[in-house]
Amino acid sequence: MRKAHQTQKRAVGLNRPPAVIITIATIAVVFFALPFIGLLLRVPWSNAWSLLTTDSSLIALRLSLETSLSATALAIVFGIPLAWVLARYGFPGRRMVRALCLLSLVLPPVVGGVALFTAYGRRGLLGDPLFDWFGIRLPFSTAGVVLAQTFIAMPFLVLTVEAALRGVDRRPENAARTLGASQWFAFRKVTLPAIRPALIAGAVLAWARALGEFGATITFAGNFPGSTQTMPLSVYLALESNPGQALVLSMLMIGISFVVLLSLRDRWLGGSENGENSL
Amino acid sequence: MSISASFTVEFPDFSLAVDISLAAGEVLAVLGPNGSGKSTLAHSLAGLQPITTGRIEVCSTVVDDAEHSIFVLPEHRHVGVMFQAGSLFNNFSVLDNVAFGLRSRGMRKNEARNEAHQWLERFSLDAFAQRGPSTLSGGQAQRVALARALATKPSLLILDEPTSALDIRSKAEIRRDLQRLQHEQPVATVLITHDSLDAFALATRVLVLETGRVVQSGSLDEVASHPQSRHIADMVGLSLVRGIVSEGRLTTASGAQLVVPADTAAGRSIASIRPSAVSLHQAKPEGSPRNSWSVIVTDLDRHPERVRVRLQGPIPLLAELTPEGAEALDLKIGGILWASVKASEVAVTPDLAL
Repeated sequence: MRKAHQTQKRAVGLNRPPAVIITIATIAVVFFALPFIGLLLRVPWSNAWSLLTTDSSLIALRLSLETSLSATALAIVFGIPLAWVLARYGFPGRRMVRALCLLSLVLPPVVGGVALFTAYGRRGLLGDPLFDWFGIRLPFSTAGVVLAQTFIAMPFLVLTVEAALRGVDRRPENAARTLGASQWFAFRKVTLPAIRPALIAGAVLAWARALGEFGATITFAGNFPGSTQTMPLSVYLALESNPGQALVLSMLMIGISFVVLLSLRDRWLGGSENGENSL
Repeated sequence: MSISASFTVEFPDFSLAVDISLAAGEVLAVLGPNGSGKSTLAHSLAGLQPITTGRIEVCSTVVDDAEHSIFVLPEHRHVGVMFQAGSLFNNFSVLDNVAFGLRSRGMRKNEARNEAHQWLERFSLDAFAQRGPSTLSGGQAQRVALARALATKPSLLILDEPTSALDIRSKAEIRRDLQRLQHEQPVATVLITHDSLDAFALATRVLVLETGRVVQSGSLDEVASHPQSRHIADMVGLSLVRGIVSEGRLTTASGAQLVVPADTAAGRSIASIRPSAVSLHQAKPEGSPRNSWSVIVTDLDRHPERVRVRLQGPIPLLAELTPEGAEALDLKIGGILWASVKASEVAVTPDLAL
């Protein structure tokens, strides 16, 4: 009896993972940290500013911000209704539709880019009539970059918002309906504010994904400075011609991503599962 | 008829079949345990759950008719619902919660807020107008939910578990507000609850629901005195005593006295005593509990596991014993016994309805 009691006390006192676990976890942390440390050490800090502010860098930076923000806006506009339908309405084939909409999340982006070609390319399913009737050409254009980024990034938002909509308490929305609110009014005024943390988290994740998009972009939109050459593309290109610039641009992207992740408080990232009711 | 509804709702694993009617200003209590279909009933009347067969009429307007594919959306039904705790909009102030229904119906912001403010004043909640719902106590939040439901002037009010998850004092406050409301401005009301004290405080008629079926309905006194199943007996088969509480004692109209818990608020009240809380003795009980009376057995209801006894005395009582206990007391109609009840077993709720 007494011994059991003592054991329990010791267990509480030594409430930390076993040494093996700590060792393995530390190796994992080092594995993640080392590349960034390497990058930090290799960056030519003395002329970092001038490399960062060269015309080609600034053009790529600006294009990246413009396209990734546009892609995020598109992801929000189309992703919220999609998440709403997936979360709220049972229809035959819902699982298929969900899998289809989230496919680009797991697909190699290059494959995504090839698939985009067959649909929205010059001779694609939709690309052909678009060009013939309206003269719109998506591939190898800035619009094509936005399209590729949206294709890859939107699932992050859909996934987060759908989970939040499933988890959110329905009572306030039901109350709103009985008080005379239409479905749309109740969604906009009551449900959307309730899932705002998840929506922000989803939008930020989608934006970060769009900012870093490489494979689908280079496949579908090409690599033209000023119109389709985004930051990741120019980093890849500069790696051969101007390694210093590649390192500085990489550093900038890491900085942006790191700040974004830090600003996403834990509950925003975890909020899609259990954080809603407390907010 | 304010409401007339006869319908079924079918799910793969559950079905609800009810037939209810309600006159203007009448309060119908729907009693039932969890999972009996009470909430489905509330949702069907409010338009949040389409029915499978049958029809629902509110104020002579058909709002749901399965055979004729009529379905009026919740926002067009004029059915107000006070949901159980947790339905307030946390992103709005208390004032804007109450103004929400008016805004949804197209009223201008200032006008809606003025009207909402008047509702808050009626419920003495105006001090909380600018606060967020999460800063309110459970009882305050429910009163806001009631004011919010009433602000749209519904033709039918549904109270969905209005007092569940509240402490005893808040329960009593909500009941008092609801009683006052029915007194000043009667609204046809369906009261959904699993707490029979809610029903006793507010309703005249009761409908008992079990696993989606109506198992008994009628006037409250009828159902309370002749419960048709063990379950109903447990829920509503109570001895009710109406009277005035003062200094820990309730005095009935005929002058009989009942000792109630010491902290009971003074005023007109309804006391309820569970049959199992009544003990019977052949002689005046030793150490005399303060509530003990000489009574006459007027009715006996024998079941395999229990015996229900109706007793006449200063306070009419229902008692429940085991068959062995009944054997030992040699129960027979007309027999004279002593009945006793501990003060702590007496539940009291304010009575403003009379």
